[in-house]
Amino acid sequence: MESYGRNGRRVALVAGLRTPFAKAGTILKPMSAQDLGRAVVAELLERTTLDPGEIDIIVFGTVVPSVLAPNIAREVALLPMMPKDIPAFTVSRACASANQAITDAADQIVLGHADVAIAGGAESLSNVPILHSRRFADVLVRASKAKSLGARVSAFSHVRPRDLVPVTPAIAEPSTGETMGQSAEKMAKLNHIPREEQDQFALRSHRLAAAGTQDGRLTSEIMPLFVSPSYEAWATTDNGVRTDTSLEQLAALKPVFDRRYGSVTAGNSSPLTDGGAAVILMSEEKARSLGMQPIAYLRSYAYAALDPGEQLLQAPVFAAPKALERAGLTLANIDLVEMHEAFAAQVLSNLQGFESRAWAARAGLSQPMGEVDRSRLNVMGGSIAIGHPFGATGARITTTLAHELKRRGGQFGLMTVCAAGGMGFAMVLENAA
Amino acid sequence: MSAATDPVQAASALAVDIQNGIAVATLDVPDASVNVLDAQVVAEFASFLDRVDRDAAVRAVVLMSGKPENFIAGADIEQFNALRTAHDGEELSRRGQALMSRLEHLRVPVVAAIHGACLGGGLEAAIACSYRIVTDHPKSVLAAPEVQLGIFPGAGGTQRLPRLIGLRAALDLMLTGRNVRARKALQLGLVDEMVHPSILREIAVDRARQLADGTLARSRGRASRGVAGVLLEDNPLGRRLIFSRARAGALAKTMGNYPAPIAAIDAVRAGYELGRDRGYAEEARLFGEMAVSEVSRQLVYLFFATTALKKDSGTAVAAAPLPVRKLGILGAGFMGAGIASVAAMQGVIVRLKDAEYGRVAKGLAAVSAVIGERVQKKQITRRQFEDQMSLVGGTTDYAGFSSCDLVIEAVFEDIDLKQRVLQEAEQVMPSDAIYASNTSTIPISRIAEVSKRPEQVLGMHFFSPVHKMPLLEVIVTPRTTAVATSTAVAFGKKLGKHVIVVNDGPGFYTTRTLAAFLNEAGYLLDEGVSIEALDRALIDFGFPVGPITLMDEVGLDVGAKVATVLRDAFGDRLTPSQSLSRVVASGRLGRKGGSGFYRYDAPGGKKTGVDDTIYALLPTGTNRTEIPVLEMQQRCVLAMVNEAARCLEEGILRSARDGDVGAVFGIGFPPFRGGPFRYVDSVGLAHIVRQLEVYHGRFAPRFEPARILHDRAAQGGGRWLD
Repeated sequence: MESYGRNGRRVALVAGLRTPFAKAGTILKPMSAQDLGRAVVAELLERTTLDPGEIDIIVFGTVVPSVLAPNIAREVALLPMMPKDIPAFTVSRACASANQAITDAADQIVLGHADVAIAGGAESLSNVPILHSRRFADVLVRASKAKSLGARVSAFSHVRPRDLVPVTPAIAEPSTGETMGQSAEKMAKLNHIPREEQDQFALRSHRLAAAGTQDGRLTSEIMPLFVSPSYEAWATTDNGVRTDTSLEQLAALKPVFDRRYGSVTAGNSSPLTDGGAAVILMSEEKARSLGMQPIAYLRSYAYAALDPGEQLLQAPVFAAPKALERAGLTLANIDLVEMHEAFAAQVLSNLQGFESRAWAARAGLSQPMGEVDRSRLNVMGGSIAIGHPFGATGARITTTLAHELKRRGGQFGLMTVCAAGGMGFAMVLENAA
Repeated sequence: MSAATDPVQAASALAVDIQNGIAVATLDVPDASVNVLDAQVVAEFASFLDRVDRDAAVRAVVLMSGKPENFIAGADIEQFNALRTAHDGEELSRRGQALMSRLEHLRVPVVAAIHGACLGGGLEAAIACSYRIVTDHPKSVLAAPEVQLGIFPGAGGTQRLPRLIGLRAALDLMLTGRNVRARKALQLGLVDEMVHPSILREIAVDRARQLADGTLARSRGRASRGVAGVLLEDNPLGRRLIFSRARAGALAKTMGNYPAPIAAIDAVRAGYELGRDRGYAEEARLFGEMAVSEVSRQLVYLFFATTALKKDSGTAVAAAPLPVRKLGILGAGFMGAGIASVAAMQGVIVRLKDAEYGRVAKGLAAVSAVIGERVQKKQITRRQFEDQMSLVGGTTDYAGFSSCDLVIEAVFEDIDLKQRVLQEAEQVMPSDAIYASNTSTIPISRIAEVSKRPEQVLGMHFFSPVHKMPLLEVIVTPRTTAVATSTAVAFGKKLGKHVIVVNDGPGFYTTRTLAAFLNEAGYLLDEGVSIEALDRALIDFGFPVGPITLMDEVGLDVGAKVATVLRDAFGDRLTPSQSLSRVVASGRLGRKGGSGFYRYDAPGGKKTGVDDTIYALLPTGTNRTEIPVLEMQQRCVLAMVNEAARCLEEGILRSARDGDVGAVFGIGFPPFRGGPFRYVDSVGLAHIVRQLEVYHGRFAPRFEPARILHDRAAQGGGRWLD
């Protein structure tokens, strides 16, 4: 099998940037996902010498779309520094939405439909749409269609107080009704992940992220963001990363989803986060002709899914070996691994799954993928510390993996992302050096 | 309004297409970008009306423009220069009145189909038509900007407009000259309908037919609107109130220096109180007076001077300007942010850099305030605001500067700092990018000493607040290339500025001449005049603010710094006054610090009166003396005029015209006096030199007449400018 992009259309990642990630309800609250996406793409463009006229396609991911601007990708594409003729579309694959954006854009490049693409994602969990109740929504629709003032008033006469209670979106699986946290809690139990291991992993995430922020490796991927519309505040780093946390502090937190026997806490889960991230992708040939130096090539990717009622966040166990196989590689070839950390329990379950014969058998593999060397895993922390703006995380991980691979002079990097709906994603990057 | 082009026009300006009894007359003045009503066009239009009168087959007329985004830009301003006497002006007005009256009372209805600017004489024609349709296009604006040239609508407009849209609305339009967009015009009743440009002709033809058939009534206007309208406008008592208020408002606004708004009010009033015929007569008489008034002459002169500058590349040899797609700004203070605002409003990508994030954030907030004001005024939409803001990226390093076409430095006035940032910027800028300093005083050659590419270095001196002040002074050194100059000039024009190019020297042109003016004010303080009396005297002369208030505004520390640079350069002539030195030494900073010569309710706040304690600091103490107003005015103004003349003599200025434009639009020289050189012309060169000599006798070495003035006067030299 000819591997991805080896038809002479290899896809190069030439630049990546993100906003600082901030816990929902904090500093980035005044900005919508659209604002965040536009801000990061504008800055990404201005930091390169790319002529926006070269851009063929823009794909963006978002999970909780705005009712006012459902196709966020097009709003990004309509930034004033870009020509108006760049088609753009928005994708949704839960926490792997930015990955979906990147692979969709990359596919267009491989197909020869595009040479230059911008892909990324943005999420503002400070600005989720709050809905009216079904009954009140009916009343409003009726009133808007009323032909006279009397009819308009009478439409409201049937409103009951309870109709006015708004409906907030829950992060629950529509098929099972289970929240993400409940699923993680279930996985911790099914896979016997002790509380202490989860807290240890969370602590590691914070310490490594703090170190990456300190030495500038993380901040080199972060733009300073001046918070519109007032511009009174600005952020240059992620505000969820804690330099001062300890195992004791983490251990003191109460489990959230099962107060009695649970182990998943706010401390070992990723927080609700606002942020945006984007990358520039090009065909290898185009990058060369524009004189732009690729950071990494997209070697392969794979998506997988399983029954969301079983272990909602375990599908990376299927996706990762598939991506490796498509890359013609084994885990032994991988120099660096970036895994999305929705929950410590999920990362640890996934890692366990990579080593499990039973999961390998379910994936139709003769051998398990193998044990991930912890010293090569999430070397600058992950979503638990940095935060997790659903639609943006995939682009953050891609950029981090590419940059760190380059810094370390490694050849191949693997990333995995678990996603709601029982889905998983994996991608292999190859250092362009 | 606009100037006419070549009066020799062989081709016809008016194309007439008659179908089914509807004559569509399309005005398209050959070889001109806009339609201007010059004598030839007017003659052609009159003969078209003759034809309509004769041709019984014509049942209705549609009047439209063949220009892409212009209906009629106004009357030919050139013709005002040919008017010798008030009587000539009156005749011109009467001819205009007669033409518009013919249009109004034409045998058949006329529909004005307006797309693009409809100004001055264009508006007069439109309101004389039976029905008006405007397109919902941003370029479709209607206005009566005549007051800006010291005149007012003189083709019946003072009579017709109030009866169409009401007295108050009409006075507002005529006295401010402001632009009215399509939607607002519809609200005012200035037009009857608003349509998309693509169906303008079709709808206009339909309406013309309906008017001819009698199925549509002619627009009669709605003279009074609402309760206030009825109470105020529909009875003589209410109208008297409106007139007296308008008059008081106009007097307060013009300080009595501009007679045209008052004349316009009088013409309107005559029509209401003495009947329409007397109204027309009064309009013509007053128009004639205004058209040949000194004020109008100067304003028309400035109009032509700025029009000429628009076509001036600023270089002796032709050099195509480089496109400026992306601008880097060093320093996110008030000036840097101001420049960022006007650039972003023109679609330019901006990198705004300062040393600290807090300063960048403040700069971005300032940009947001300037652009946000346009949202509040409904000039742009919220989304346009967001788009313009997204063009401005804040940074504390040089990220993004590697693709800037132009970098403007707007850091503190300190030579070492300016040289350091230039060197830093040159590390990252593209090798063909242009570097400009927004210094107001420091010679560009000195800043450029440390440059790797001094031929790409120049000055771009903007004035504060940047989005309001219409001047840009581009400063070139002997090494600056023509391309760099033409690029800076073209960019300044893109930002909507009047751009003058001057040669390098301490204080260039504007700062130097302003300093001479302020310095003399300081000497007057040394001699003991009161602060109020001094400021009052110069406001009476026509300056927008008095010199002492201006010093407070600029900042006393900044003023002192400028004064030092200029004293070092020009010696005793520009030695700072003791008053300024002592007040600066006391630590007062002016308005920004909350205390200067005046008191302020807060740092940067509102002026609350002269700080009486300040006199204790001044050489003559609290014992103030009086100096005649005329002497205060003469000394300050002559110091400025003399310094302007030296700038011309030394080749800092390329022309007297640039000197006039620079002084009027940059440092507040009264527009109705035309500028320092036109002022010399109107007072008389010999007289100016005599006055200078008298003051030189009293205050040497100050007031020594500039050689160029002296020599020209000795040779019996005439006017600088015609």
